Amino acid sequence: MQKVLIIDEEDNVAVAVQPLKKGDEVNINLKSRGKVYKLKVYESIPFGHKIALKEIKKGERVIKYGQAIGKATKNIDKGEHVHTHNVESTKGRGDLQIG
Amino acid sequence: MYKYSGYLRKDGSIGIRNYVAVIPTVGCVNEVASRIATQVDGAVPILHHQGCCQLKPDVDTVTRVLEGIGKNPNVVGVLLVSLGCEAVDTKEIEKHLKMLKPTYSICLQKLGGITKTVERGINIVQSLVSNITNTTKEVNLNSLVVGLKCGASDATSGIASNPAVGVAVDKLIENGATVIFGETTEVLGAEEVLAKRAVTAEIASGILKKIEEMEHRAKSMGVDMRGSQPTPGNIRGGLTTIEEKSLGAIIKSGTKPINGVLEYGEQPSDCGLYFMDTPGREIEVLTGLASGGCQLILFTTGVGAPQGFPLCPVIKISGNKNTCLNLKEHIDIDVSTIISGEETIIQAGERIFREILEVASGKKVKAELLGYDKNGINIDIYTKGPVI
Repeated sequence: MQKVLIIDEEDNVAVAVQPLKKGDEVNINLKSRGKVYKLKVYESIPFGHKIALKEIKKGERVIKYGQAIGKATKNIDKGEHVHTHNVESTKGRGDLQIG
Repeated sequence: MYKYSGYLRKDGSIGIRNYVAVIPTVGCVNEVASRIATQVDGAVPILHHQGCCQLKPDVDTVTRVLEGIGKNPNVVGVLLVSLGCEAVDTKEIEKHLKMLKPTYSICLQKLGGITKTVERGINIVQSLVSNITNTTKEVNLNSLVVGLKCGASDATSGIASNPAVGVAVDKLIENGATVIFGETTEVLGAEEVLAKRAVTAEIASGILKKIEEMEHRAKSMGVDMRGSQPTPGNIRGGLTTIEEKSLGAIIKSGTKPINGVLEYGEQPSDCGLYFMDTPGREIEVLTGLASGGCQLILFTTGVGAPQGFPLCPVIKISGNKNTCLNLKEHIDIDVSTIISGEETIIQAGERIFREILEVASGKKVKAELLGYDKNGINIDIYTKGPVI
């Protein structure tokens, strides 16, 4: 059984479909393009959570389903857990309104 | 040609269940409606908290929904229960529904209190139920309206259950059925993907307008929507932002063109795929879909949602293996096979499609077997204005 799932080939994150442990090695073959990702899991990642497939710089878009799901609030390393601690939404942000 | 067996109604619609709906036209008489419905097998109460002390647009919505619930093909007959001084025009709803099916109304203030009103109501409902005939007819899918909802989502929703439902939805549309999906909040961040599928530019801008209005209302509270959407449970399950939740949610609407935008609780005028303006919360979404004419609802869940609806079978589908095992008594279809690699999304979607035909033909879903939400307490009507 696969450990992580990449939904769209444009994605810079993948979904853990098994809990990942720090130090785990994950190899992902993207059949459609013959792309192979080799990842070292940077920290424990729970089932259903996201792992960075490549380095994502602060302010860069986080891509899943081939679409932006938010932007990075800090630099994210390849293999790092991607979640609310390093990604924020750009929608429904009443807290950012002026006045 | 796929068929299912349903009950042919006098108004030409096809019911897949036989219920007498006991509908209070204002929340003040929920108690009365509830007591009547619990006394007669075959009757269900549709309780809510609306119908008075609201501004006109909301009163109009409530009226449209109460009438829509009465029109639902699964409803054989209707008893409207009024207090007598509510904003909703009970007689007007009765007049419209009477043209379609046996409909009566009773009024607590006129009948002299709960005791007499309940007694009268039981007599009426009993006679409505005793006139139900169970003769079924094999019919085409163009008489079937299916609603979609996802609740208690997690990361498996977007990769397993929603894509599989999307496959089933495409097949329903190809076979002439109508499908309604809503949850405007959960389109936020995925609106452009959806708008591209609209059959006309007008419908595309209609979709975008509904989402913009929803975002504006959320923002007007002056806080970050996160914490409410995605919910804390969604976040624990791995969904980081509303955009991520939305992109995973809209996959359940399949790939077919979108034929129209419906107001909350509005019935579509033709077959095909429709987007309804609803919030994300279960209790209002299911009511809106039932008012829109859905005889059956597909409900995907990640960490597990138990809801049913008094009038409609709600089929629960999950791609989370733990949920399918732990909440076995609530989940009808396990599609965690997609994640384990035992089944493709298309195979799982076809399995869902076959189950839809079974349930439409009378097979009971788990929420029905458990009687979950049969008491009509956990439902409400979506209104946008203040209670005044």
